Amino acid sequence: MNRIDELFKQKKERILSIYFTAGFPQLDDTVSIMEAIQAAGANIIEIGVPYSDPIADGPTIQESNNQALKNGMTLKVLFEQLKGFRERIHIPVILMGYLNPVVQYGMEAFCKTCKEVGIDGLILPDLPMQQYLTEYKHTFDAYDLRNTFLISPQTSEARIRQIDQHTDGFIYMVSSASITGAKKEVSPEQIAYFERVKAMNLKNPRLIGFGISDKPSFQTAAAHSHGAIIGSAFINVLRESTNLKEDIQEYIQGILA
Amino acid sequence: MERAMIKVDENGFYGQFGGAFIPEMLYPNIEELRENYEAIMATPAFRQEFDSLLKDYVGRPTPLFLAQRLSEKYGAKIYLKREDLCHTGAHKINNTVGQIILAKKLNKKRIIAETGAGQHGVATATVCALMGMECTVYMGAVDMERQKPNVERMRILGAKVVPANSGSKTLKDATNEAMRQWINNPVDTHYIIGSVVGPHPYPEMVARFQSVISEEMKWQLQEKEGRENPDLVIACVGGGSNAAGSFYHYYNEPSVRLIAVEAAGMGITSGRSAATTTLGKPGILHGSKTLLMQTDDGQVVEPHSISAGLDYPGIGPVHAHLFDSGRGEFVAVEDEHAMQSGIEVSRLEGIIPAIESAHAFSALNQIHYEPTDVIVINLSGRGDKDLETYIKWGNY
Repeated sequence: MNRIDELFKQKKERILSIYFTAGFPQLDDTVSIMEAIQAAGANIIEIGVPYSDPIADGPTIQESNNQALKNGMTLKVLFEQLKGFRERIHIPVILMGYLNPVVQYGMEAFCKTCKEVGIDGLILPDLPMQQYLTEYKHTFDAYDLRNTFLISPQTSEARIRQIDQHTDGFIYMVSSASITGAKKEVSPEQIAYFERVKAMNLKNPRLIGFGISDKPSFQTAAAHSHGAIIGSAFINVLRESTNLKEDIQEYIQGILA
Repeated sequence: MERAMIKVDENGFYGQFGGAFIPEMLYPNIEELRENYEAIMATPAFRQEFDSLLKDYVGRPTPLFLAQRLSEKYGAKIYLKREDLCHTGAHKINNTVGQIILAKKLNKKRIIAETGAGQHGVATATVCALMGMECTVYMGAVDMERQKPNVERMRILGAKVVPANSGSKTLKDATNEAMRQWINNPVDTHYIIGSVVGPHPYPEMVARFQSVISEEMKWQLQEKEGRENPDLVIACVGGGSNAAGSFYHYYNEPSVRLIAVEAAGMGITSGRSAATTTLGKPGILHGSKTLLMQTDDGQVVEPHSISAGLDYPGIGPVHAHLFDSGRGEFVAVEDEHAMQSGIEVSRLEGIIPAIESAHAFSALNQIHYEPTDVIVINLSGRGDKDLETYIKWGNY
């Protein structure tokens, strides 16, 4: 069974997904960061594939992307690093990235390699649903990869239903009208949006991301969904860190405590 | 020659290029625009306001000028479409007038825009002042430094100019930043994209606002030459809005050769170039699939041109299709040759062209044509903004 499906079957609440950029802070940190995330008790790992023009990301992830590219990260390098990681990592792992590097790698080859190294799902924010359904869905399915779509507070109910129908795995709820890394307290409007979507009784579980940075925001998000995704705040921890393993442990356990 | 139909399909594709590759957060904005722009543009009220502003505010129709001395030198009948005489000094304002009326009809309260050299930023700040709308322009920090007068023009007009500090800090990054800010302000804000780039419906919408250029060329040529069609139309291409506007009504007139002129920068093989059709491969940037300068790994390559308006790593999807289908002929002009042509046009015709437009003139040295040919060169902008670059280059 796909590890994402398995996770959501067994765990219905307080799921924590951690995002980091592959190749940051150092080129070869990828797998040791994954091990530390798992050891600290997070439930899903999202590996960001760096891109030169990340239009949905704020300064923190932009900078980590730039640094990773300067360090020499490419999809080929990443797949090399990921060979054999399943001997040590058992939680679901998702690749998240913009479409162009994937298309240049070749969608078929990309999905095939994902499957071979042990990736469970993909998030490609600038892959439109229409293109996915007509061009790529059969390839994702053939390699048993879950595809996650995003929704935002502006997404219409009809569109959410459509996305739910074509998603398997989970739905990524963008917490507010915002790029990544916004630091705001969760507002009553956001909670109303979380509850509105919750009341739709979608077939897919929901994780909330963008702007989730600490224990209070994680708890609030998790109270209105199946859990949350932390990205920019985690990247900040990595950037400041002098001991990755310890600092990751401390940060994630602080969120989950 | 085969009749190549250049037409956008319902999903925003020109052949294999175009589409709307955007994060879901922008989907409602793009959908709102896609569903409404054609209907709004078709209303008599829109048409009336647009036409009247183009006439009395922008100063249209712009002249079609027979450049006698240039014609003599190059041995063909060369007309200049004088977009440099538009208010604010370039064709960019045709599009900003159209989009600001559209934004008002959609009840938007704020306008955002990206700019490279600052011409589109100035054209946007201008119409925002005219309509009393709040305006924020994103501009690469490097471009803000090298185009200071335009930064101050925008500020005088009441716009806020915000530096884009990511990447190469130029047009591509300003566009990224404007898109991010649109994600952050999805409801009350309209994003006025300045070229035929971005997600559908922008490329087609901007082309339609710019199509007034070739619409006028047709009746002006009829008056002067007794025929609507020239033998060649020549225009420079960065993103490609002036080229799209001057080609638009000739796309499906196979007897008209469409010459698109890209910036070769320091030379195509120099690594410092913006010749997208020569160096690019199909890829996705700023919401559309197009030809794109990129690494094998799919990272966007930083372009170079002496002209900030051509300093872009992609081209509009319609131009990618013109190239791919063979309907358009693409040439690339190096910095040095463009500068020489800029000086030549100044001396022969008393017109200092924008360095972008100077590239179009320089193409005359690279293409074949007949002495009997009628050629229209789209003189997309005037050179005032480029004085510093002309002075630095110094060879005059």
